[in-house]
Amino acid sequence: MNAIIVSAACGILMMFGSIWIGNKNLYRFIAAAGLLFTLVANWMDMNGNAFFQIPSNGMFVYTHISYFFNAILIAATLVYVLISGDEITKQGAYPAEYFSLIFFVLSGVSILMFYNNMLMLFLGIEIMSIPLYILTGADKRNLKSNEASLKYFLMGAFSTGIMLMGIALIYGGTGSFAIDIKRAGSAVPGFYNGTSFLEITGLLFLFASMCFKVSAAPFHFWTPDVYDGAPSVFTSFMATIVKAAGFYAFFRLVEVRMAQTATSVDWKLIISFIILATLFFGNITAVFQQSVKRMLSYSSIAQAGFMLFALFAMNDLARQGLMLYTVAYSLSTIGIFAIMTKMKDYSIDGYNGLAKTHPALAATNTIFLLSLAGIPLTAGFLSKYYMLASVISTGTYTWLVVAAVVFAAISVYYYFRLIQAMYFKSGTPEVASITPTFKYLIVSIAVIIIAIGIFPQLLFSLFYFG
Amino acid sequence: MIALLLILIPVCTGILSLLFKGNNAKWVGMFGAISTLAIALVGTYTTDTQLLSFDSTWMPDLGSRFSIAFDGMNKMLCLLTAIALPIIFSATWHQSESNQKNYHGLMLLTQAGLMGVFLSMDCLLFYFFWELALIPAYFLCSLAGGEKRIKTVFKFFVYTFLGSLLLLIGILIIYFKGGDHLFAWESMKQVKLTNAEQSFVFWMFFIAFAIKMPIFPFHTWQPDTYEQSPTGVTMLLSGVMVKMGLFALIRWLLPLMPEASKYFANAIIIMSIVGMIYASLIAIKQDDLKRLIAYSSIAHIGLMCATIFTHQSIGMQGVMIQLFNHGVNVIGLWIVAYAIEQSTGTRKMSELGGLAKKAPTLAILLVIMALANIGIPLTNAFAGEFLMFNGLFRYNIWMAAVAGVSIILAAVYTLWMVQKIFYGEEKPATAFVGDAGIEIKLPLIILAVVIVFFGFYPQPMLDLTADTVTKLFTTVTAKQ
Repeated sequence: MNAIIVSAACGILMMFGSIWIGNKNLYRFIAAAGLLFTLVANWMDMNGNAFFQIPSNGMFVYTHISYFFNAILIAATLVYVLISGDEITKQGAYPAEYFSLIFFVLSGVSILMFYNNMLMLFLGIEIMSIPLYILTGADKRNLKSNEASLKYFLMGAFSTGIMLMGIALIYGGTGSFAIDIKRAGSAVPGFYNGTSFLEITGLLFLFASMCFKVSAAPFHFWTPDVYDGAPSVFTSFMATIVKAAGFYAFFRLVEVRMAQTATSVDWKLIISFIILATLFFGNITAVFQQSVKRMLSYSSIAQAGFMLFALFAMNDLARQGLMLYTVAYSLSTIGIFAIMTKMKDYSIDGYNGLAKTHPALAATNTIFLLSLAGIPLTAGFLSKYYMLASVISTGTYTWLVVAAVVFAAISVYYYFRLIQAMYFKSGTPEVASITPTFKYLIVSIAVIIIAIGIFPQLLFSLFYFG
Repeated sequence: MIALLLILIPVCTGILSLLFKGNNAKWVGMFGAISTLAIALVGTYTTDTQLLSFDSTWMPDLGSRFSIAFDGMNKMLCLLTAIALPIIFSATWHQSESNQKNYHGLMLLTQAGLMGVFLSMDCLLFYFFWELALIPAYFLCSLAGGEKRIKTVFKFFVYTFLGSLLLLIGILIIYFKGGDHLFAWESMKQVKLTNAEQSFVFWMFFIAFAIKMPIFPFHTWQPDTYEQSPTGVTMLLSGVMVKMGLFALIRWLLPLMPEASKYFANAIIIMSIVGMIYASLIAIKQDDLKRLIAYSSIAHIGLMCATIFTHQSIGMQGVMIQLFNHGVNVIGLWIVAYAIEQSTGTRKMSELGGLAKKAPTLAILLVIMALANIGIPLTNAFAGEFLMFNGLFRYNIWMAAVAGVSIILAAVYTLWMVQKIFYGEEKPATAFVGDAGIEIKLPLIILAVVIVFFGFYPQPMLDLTADTVTKLFTTVTAKQ
């Protein structure tokens, strides 16, 4: 509860505080302080020091893993604000509001971490999404940004409508909004293996709309346009923290509700097709992109395909894997986007010769790309490893794993195109001025990625003893 | 401790020489390479077995330990890796300046990766090194070399990466079937798989290794990559890196899946033999010196792969020593090719001729390398090839007969090469060429001494490997 309230309060403070604070450069430090405070508040909550005692009547459930996931996402946001803060400040005339919107998103994210009730799921998704519609359109005078915002809003509203419809049907079928319900196994008409048809239909609706939120194929078509149109700094935020939050929410839903109805619906089969489609569309389309930003949007779809393995396998390995994946994917993507926003030209050719002019940027960018591609010694490898292992440990669906690694090999193609441009092609890339702080931050992200890649215990010991 | 040093020294000196510039990087690189060689030699002849292995916790959650050992199986290959680098560095000492900056550092990092592959006794660790050896090699090949290098090397990279991911699936399947959930070699060996599982996992492993070796029909990346890469890197790739695949067959595939490797033996031996003949025929038609050596290498690797699957201990003994000998011979051939290209500016045999008068020492050395490549008696390759054919013969006479044709073909293309380059009319490209410098002659002379010495007296090598081969087959049979 701490994190939900503190982040919302920080958002409001940020918004009104900007009236008195004239210096725009201060905002990002205030935001970072707010995030740090949210992180501490979340940690205190985990250890039983709740600031507020609010009875939720079972609408929230506080588990260790939820707290930990929340902490990961808040920390990722902190890293994001630290590294891209000045870029956010440059976006428009009222930068404080962007930071406050990010806090509101984070509040929605925290709700998604703890929800135990479909109303809360809906609320979390909406609180998370509405600020994002605004952030997508933050580049007011840019037609593409406007288009992206409108598209995102319309599609998002539509999928939320489907979600509500699904929740209503589920309520009709079971009489409860809770995701975890006691079932009276009955064989009366209108029931199939103990689950009412209304509920099954509702769950399918809910499933589709969650797929939309995590941009899993065939519900992914909004992603490239929105990610491409949105200002790059905000794309970075959307593609990482928001997406990971959606994944955890989806994971909870599948873990509890879908598992209960597994006798009536073969969710594994459905998810396996979704995985296959997501990997296929994400990877194959990414191969043909010329713009790094668009390539990264497709790559985010492809990575979602791998994250879906966690939903498929549903065991301890999957749970740990999702954590590791979130950390590895978020950090790498935030890093690549941070470097990209410094480039004048977003096309892959715009990176030609970066290794000669900016060796540090090129080297760190390479580490991020290797991590996304899943090369050993990076966190990205271990996260892919956990995902594959979680499925193989179930002993079924080996064909799915084989298909996944074929697509992983394809993904190397587009990640390495960027490395080739940086190292093996000559050119003079136009890069905005790089501050030493930026350099240190980006190098430390790379160090974290490698450290987790060699010693994953670093992360898991935080989880088990944090 | 020695095993750990074999990995640590190349890593540290490699990173150091990446940080230095120009001549300093060269010297640091050379120092690293020579000290690794010294450690490997100490390791080969030490009697203190405690020194040879190293084991520490690494990823306890996953059941993987950082466990490496310098044992009979990898001794020859570690020695080869350790010898290769000083020789390559010496031969390419005067390589053009633009390549120097990263060359030594990345070569040493590749060496560390290779050592790791050979030394690791833990399957996940093995997998780590298996992929890690590839990354510096990828950069090495792409940073300098032929015009089409970026595309070709990338094909090589994607190909092997796909293979290694399949290998990962195979490893995970075995891991989850095992009771104790450990990646250690000893525990992985104990895992009992059903026939269906074993044949599935077998192909997952085999495709990964086959791409790396490479054997027909997975070889398409190899000639292009060898041709386009800088020759110094090609030496390492074809001298040592391709041995990763063969070594992995012996270390990981045979003991883990003995039944499947017997079951599919015929298919694989036939694949290898087809590849041998095919590669030899193509080699005859080549005009480019580098491509000729590349195809000849495919033929030799094919023979080793075929022999491994005959499950004959005498053949296996041949493979163990041939792993080393082939590395030595092929590096020698590459050095000669490099020297010729450096002094004449061309690799096309049609543009070369009459070099024997101009560069007599080089000619003599090339003839020794060429004879070793064919496997003439009194060269080191003879002992290995004899044992391998012996194994193949015991397995199946007809297969041995067909494979034997490749020896004749090898004589055809190798001697043709010698003839075209060193004898005959002098061509414009070779008109003003002098003999090679000492930095090229010295490594060649060392290699020639090794070739002739082990040609006369292969016993020390046989002694080093005999024990391992017997043990290998006892474990393979015990499991059945």
